[in-house]
Amino acid sequence: MGRTAFLTDATICIGCKACEVACKEWNEVPDDGMVWSGLSYDNTKALGASTWRHVLFLEQPQIAGPQISDMQNPFRWVFLSDVCKHCANAGCLEACPTGSIVRTEVGSVYVQSDVCNGCGYCVVSCPFGVIDRRPDDGRAFKCTFCYDRQKAGLIPACAKACPTQSIQFGDLDELKQRSKDRVQELQERGYQDARVYDPQETSVAGIHAFFVILGNPEAYNLPPAPEVPTIHLKSAWTSALISAVILIAIVCAAFAF
Amino acid sequence: MTTPPKPKASEERLDEIRRAAAANANAPPAALSSGDSRGADGSESYYGLPVLKPPTWTWEVPLYFFFGGIAGVSACIAFIAHLFRADTALVRICLWIGLIGAGICPALLISDLGRPTRFLNMLRVFKLRSAMSLGAWILVAFSGCMFFAVFSLELLLRGFAPSLFTPLLWLAEGSGAVMGLLLASYTGVLIGATAIPVWSENRKLLPAHFLTSGLGCSAGILELAGFLIPATQFIGFAAAGIETAIGALLEVKKKSADAPLHHGRSGWTLRIGGVLEGPVALVVRIFWGSLPMGREAAAICFLVGALMSRYAWIWAGRTSAHDPQSLFRLQRKE
Repeated sequence: MGRTAFLTDATICIGCKACEVACKEWNEVPDDGMVWSGLSYDNTKALGASTWRHVLFLEQPQIAGPQISDMQNPFRWVFLSDVCKHCANAGCLEACPTGSIVRTEVGSVYVQSDVCNGCGYCVVSCPFGVIDRRPDDGRAFKCTFCYDRQKAGLIPACAKACPTQSIQFGDLDELKQRSKDRVQELQERGYQDARVYDPQETSVAGIHAFFVILGNPEAYNLPPAPEVPTIHLKSAWTSALISAVILIAIVCAAFAF
Repeated sequence: MTTPPKPKASEERLDEIRRAAAANANAPPAALSSGDSRGADGSESYYGLPVLKPPTWTWEVPLYFFFGGIAGVSACIAFIAHLFRADTALVRICLWIGLIGAGICPALLISDLGRPTRFLNMLRVFKLRSAMSLGAWILVAFSGCMFFAVFSLELLLRGFAPSLFTPLLWLAEGSGAVMGLLLASYTGVLIGATAIPVWSENRKLLPAHFLTSGLGCSAGILELAGFLIPATQFIGFAAAGIETAIGALLEVKKKSADAPLHHGRSGWTLRIGGVLEGPVALVVRIFWGSLPMGREAAAICFLVGALMSRYAWIWAGRTSAHDPQSLFRLQRKE
């Protein structure tokens, strides 16, 4: 099995949430509160310990590509099914002190629930705010990339249930090429703000779940330049070392005189 | 009798979900109102909802940072005091503070875990790149050093085998001092090397801040225990002086990610804590430092201020995680 990936395309998502339902049913993910948010049709609001696919409902006062619209009152509705990015350099994996979070042979990032002790360090180390601790359970959970299904030669449940092929699953390099082709096609058709969201230039070094979106990533709550927090280790430890030397000097001076 | 396992969703069920979604794919016309999913102030984000997840840590963690700092620096003071042939009673109480801290800290850490019974899983692996993993190992090593140091000293004081326990005491004290400094400083690295903007932006300041806090607290506890000697006075002055400088630095820092350090519950707690362990402790020491009561008051101010600031830093992290704009501005290098 080679490296696999998700390509999620906002331009053909219809906001049906079949991916959310399929994910919940296949992975037996508990409900995370039946709350009406009042934010368009989005009542899950964000990815979390018990929401591994999350459909965003963007409402924007502008038009989508060649859309014919009332130009006095432009409006577009954009949907996107968000998911764990399965980073090439993953903050949660680096942070995990138990070795519960591992890299699989397909390149995804997998949490072994039987090892996790719920320390919560992965939660603050994920630059995308994906993984979270389930309060009643105590352990951290996130998308498994349907590792069980992939092992059995099946595609992830969300991709299987998607009626429009907005969620595509396949070989990483092939899907990367497909995402570029798709953006070029969209731009030729007049969707000038179509782009691929796949932060490769940052320390995250690419993701296994990339997106075709319209407009800026910030509108989707996708960080424009996510960094893996371990890049901060060097400067923080250097500061600790210098401070420790100063502390030793102070204590020595205190007892020497 | 056991209940049969619930059948898993089948391939047919997934097909059924897809067909049902496709068949119901018409949005009611009334839904097509012109809403706006930007943040309330028109800034670009998804309804102003948080991007990051706030820390799940509860009240135990800031308290652990506090006690870890005191225990760690006390161990360091014990070793240096011993090197300079200070009063054995001082060395002894410093080591005991370290040992008691080494007992309290794991208890606090374990009770914060989502699955406390699995705390030993922390010792399955050793990861240099995970400050949490390193911290668990530091705490274990520190506890061991403190146990052997106290054990050796107590036996030496009772006249048991000096040829055996003198070198053991030095070894345990020396390694305990190194582990203690790591224990008192790694907590700053731990929160500094995260995705939370206010923490990662202050990653260089945090280890210095936490170490200085630990230093002043250790000296304060020694003063409260009756060691009103020039050494603790000197350390108290130095720590309060450095904390005053750190407080001033935090006050003038006006980066967007630093907002939780200036406003709201976290901002005011940090400010009041910083004033107590900085200028207040310093002024009390300058004017009433010759009186035992003055030094005790300065020690208490410093301890209370240090404890408050540890809580304030965790609260600031929570506030910071909730603000999508501080993250976006940081990443756009604004």
